[in-house]
Amino acid sequence: MAIVLFLLKRLVGMVVILIIVSFLVFSLLALSPGSVVATLLGTQPSTPQVVAAIKAQYHLNDPFLVQYWHWLTSAVHGDLGRSIQSGEAVTSVIASHLPVTLELAAYTLVLVVVVGIPVGMAAGIGRGRLFDRSVSGATIVGMGAPGFALGILLIYVFGVGLGWFPVYGAGSSQAIDRVYHLTLPAVALATGLVALIVRQTRAAVMDVMEQDYITFARTRGVGRARVMLGYALRNTALPVVTAAGLLLIVAISGTVLVETVFSLPGAGQLMVQAIEAKNVPVVQGLAFFVAVLVVAVNLLVDAAALMIDPRTRAGVRG
Amino acid sequence: MTSDVRSDQAEGAAIDHLQRVPVVAVICGLVLLAVLVCVVAGGWLAPQDPSAQNPLLSAMAPGHGHLLGTDELGRDVLSRLLSGARSSVVGPLVVAAGCLLIGATLGMAGAYFGGVVDTAVNRLADMVYALPALLIAIVVLGVVGGGYWITVAVLLLLSLPYEIRLCRSAAMVEVRLPYVDAARTIGISAWRIIFRHVLPNILPTVVATFLLDFVGALVGFAALSYLGLGVPPSSPSWGTTLAEGQSLITQNPWLSIAPAVLIIVTASSATLLGDWGHELLAHAGTQR
Repeated sequence: MAIVLFLLKRLVGMVVILIIVSFLVFSLLALSPGSVVATLLGTQPSTPQVVAAIKAQYHLNDPFLVQYWHWLTSAVHGDLGRSIQSGEAVTSVIASHLPVTLELAAYTLVLVVVVGIPVGMAAGIGRGRLFDRSVSGATIVGMGAPGFALGILLIYVFGVGLGWFPVYGAGSSQAIDRVYHLTLPAVALATGLVALIVRQTRAAVMDVMEQDYITFARTRGVGRARVMLGYALRNTALPVVTAAGLLLIVAISGTVLVETVFSLPGAGQLMVQAIEAKNVPVVQGLAFFVAVLVVAVNLLVDAAALMIDPRTRAGVRG
Repeated sequence: MTSDVRSDQAEGAAIDHLQRVPVVAVICGLVLLAVLVCVVAGGWLAPQDPSAQNPLLSAMAPGHGHLLGTDELGRDVLSRLLSGARSSVVGPLVVAAGCLLIGATLGMAGAYFGGVVDTAVNRLADMVYALPALLIAIVVLGVVGGGYWITVAVLLLLSLPYEIRLCRSAAMVEVRLPYVDAARTIGISAWRIIFRHVLPNILPTVVATFLLDFVGALVGFAALSYLGLGVPPSSPSWGTTLAEGQSLITQNPWLSIAPAVLIIVTASSATLLGDWGHELLAHAGTQR
């Protein structure tokens, strides 16, 4: 019961955050230079009928808060307005750009989990050894290397120089071709995230390895593999999972830049193009979408933490 | 293998580590010093006029007196990078310095006075902490528009919460210690206690976060100028040069590689120095 109450409380907090963020997102329209009508007209001819239609659609003759209310209620119903470039519904514009971004995200996640967690565990267990020191040094460079700068280096070395990978575009929709095209972008995006997760895992493992129950398990003669997987990995999971929220926000900003560097037709590139074209409805839609995503993932992380570690449940009750 | 041997090893390694790091730290310090020299005197160090165009030598690979080749308009890449250090680094430095002044003050005041304002600032910091700061900067600067100093202001506002949180939690430990009570008992004013007594004790945290804020802002500035936001396109910042160079990567790869390497090396050096500072602090903490 206490857990349900706790999650409900978090849910309410998140709704409050979403309302604040959505208000800020809505304000973008008023804050963009030029009149709201001119912004929404885009390249359409400004005939009185079109202007009247826009004013009616956005309730521009109403007070600001009423306009916001209308915008919010339609946003909740899945209507985020229309792109001023193509006239398409913003939701379908976003939906058509999402697959590439989701594929890139999945590929990156695989790299982060498959590379980051084992390396972090190995470094933490062999604390202070050569491997640990080299890994720690590498993570600092990895954290300092922004994905877009790294992307350029990858393009030069593996694309232009060695010719192993394509340097732009997402390729055809065939799975193999897609993976081939997304390899360099995923590496560029994953590097900083791997560095973060390695550090997080390493610190968690070092903490766990100093606990008495590890020493005790060893003394009892529990096998090395079982100590690592059953004791160390499970207790390391909590700090690593709670880092997922941080990883997500780093990844979101990173995706926008990496997709631009590699000309991938994903949501990140859509964001940059919409900003360049002053296509405010699309920018608003994407920003709102990102806000919902961040809030949802943070809620999931909280729920996962409760599931992984019974002690956090006790903390909630107390 | 017993845990005794293990912890001995770990201790030995930790001491080893401390002796080893300064060499790397010195190198990083030298890199940052070199960057600072370019910030102050980059235009003067530049071998050629960074804006002198030569249409006959467009996008040329290194050679003909151009150490890193030329850009699309035949301008010397090395000179542009040297003189571009200023617009690439001054903004981030101002962001980090602003964070230091405002963030440390608010963080320490929050820890010392507590109360409703402290709670409110902390909640706000928690909220901003969970948002993708760079994306917000891209959206705000892209839609609302803004020049160099507005970019500085936006990045400052977005990185302030980190600074406040870190300084607050460091100061939180200090304000509970007897020396603060003692100072209060003999009638020293609150702000004097904060700045003369608490601040020196949390200085390592403050310095380390200064460097991390600088890295965040440096990368943010470079990313924004890569997208054509923040820095006017005519000014030769590293991010804009990188963007220019990408389409010419087959003609003169150095036009994009050199700024990418500069950004990565500068950011890594500052991160390493900051990290080393943190580690030193953590080590000092366990000794107590």
